[in-house]
Amino acid sequence: MELRSSLGRARGLGSAKEGISHWWAQRVTAIALVPLAIWFVLAAISLLGADYATFAAWIGTFGNALLMALLVIVLFYHAHLGMQVVIEDYVSGHAALITTLLIVRFALFALAVSCLLAIILVALKG
Amino acid sequence: MPATERPLSPHIQIYRPQITSGLSIFHRITGVALTLGTLLLTWWLVSAAYGPEAFATAQAFLGSLIGQLVLWGFTFAVFYHLANGVRHLLWDFGWGFELEQLRFSGIVMLAFAAVATLVTLIAGYALAGGQ
Repeated sequence: MELRSSLGRARGLGSAKEGISHWWAQRVTAIALVPLAIWFVLAAISLLGADYATFAAWIGTFGNALLMALLVIVLFYHAHLGMQVVIEDYVSGHAALITTLLIVRFALFALAVSCLLAIILVALKG
Repeated sequence: MPATERPLSPHIQIYRPQITSGLSIFHRITGVALTLGTLLLTWWLVSAAYGPEAFATAQAFLGSLIGQLVLWGFTFAVFYHLANGVRHLLWDFGWGFELEQLRFSGIVMLAFAAVATLVTLIAGYALAGGQ
């Protein structure tokens, strides 16, 4: 008789022995992105056509800088998880797959850090 | 290794298009598009870090006709991916797997994405005030 639940069996399984961690991280980031994305759309509307001083003052507010940083971190993590699945589905050949995964991972990480640095730099000036 | 007769996935070339499969692949397309859109987000933020002139250039591009079209597209992609993502989360709770429910939630999601995009555009143009 099987006493473990389906979820319990799935944990720690899979070819990489990661079980449901990828799936779960995708859900966690997705839930966090619902309010963050809606906030960002509203913020972006208010910043349409804004000059530098307006933007610097906006991101110089602690709340805005915090939400922007949270958005960037969660967004890039979620994008990476999603791109990984898409790449694993469509890129065939081990070398090509690993190469593509690495390039996308490095690129997204570099973009995320660029965004964070930019937020901090401008927020400190504003 | 002997070739075994396994069931195959439906060949997409001969598979009748359906709202369920169409919405599903569009979720991926918008996801990849939004990932590419992070380049624009990064350019926007980094330009501000470079200073007023670089930021003005980025803002001018976003305010141009091409920039506006790109932003419309990303606005729809955000709302589509968000609404369909919520649909996925509801499925994760085991809700809405009947075919009729799938079609219904798909139409509701599409309607939300369209209306939210329109409202955002109207709000954007109203606030930007003829720029």
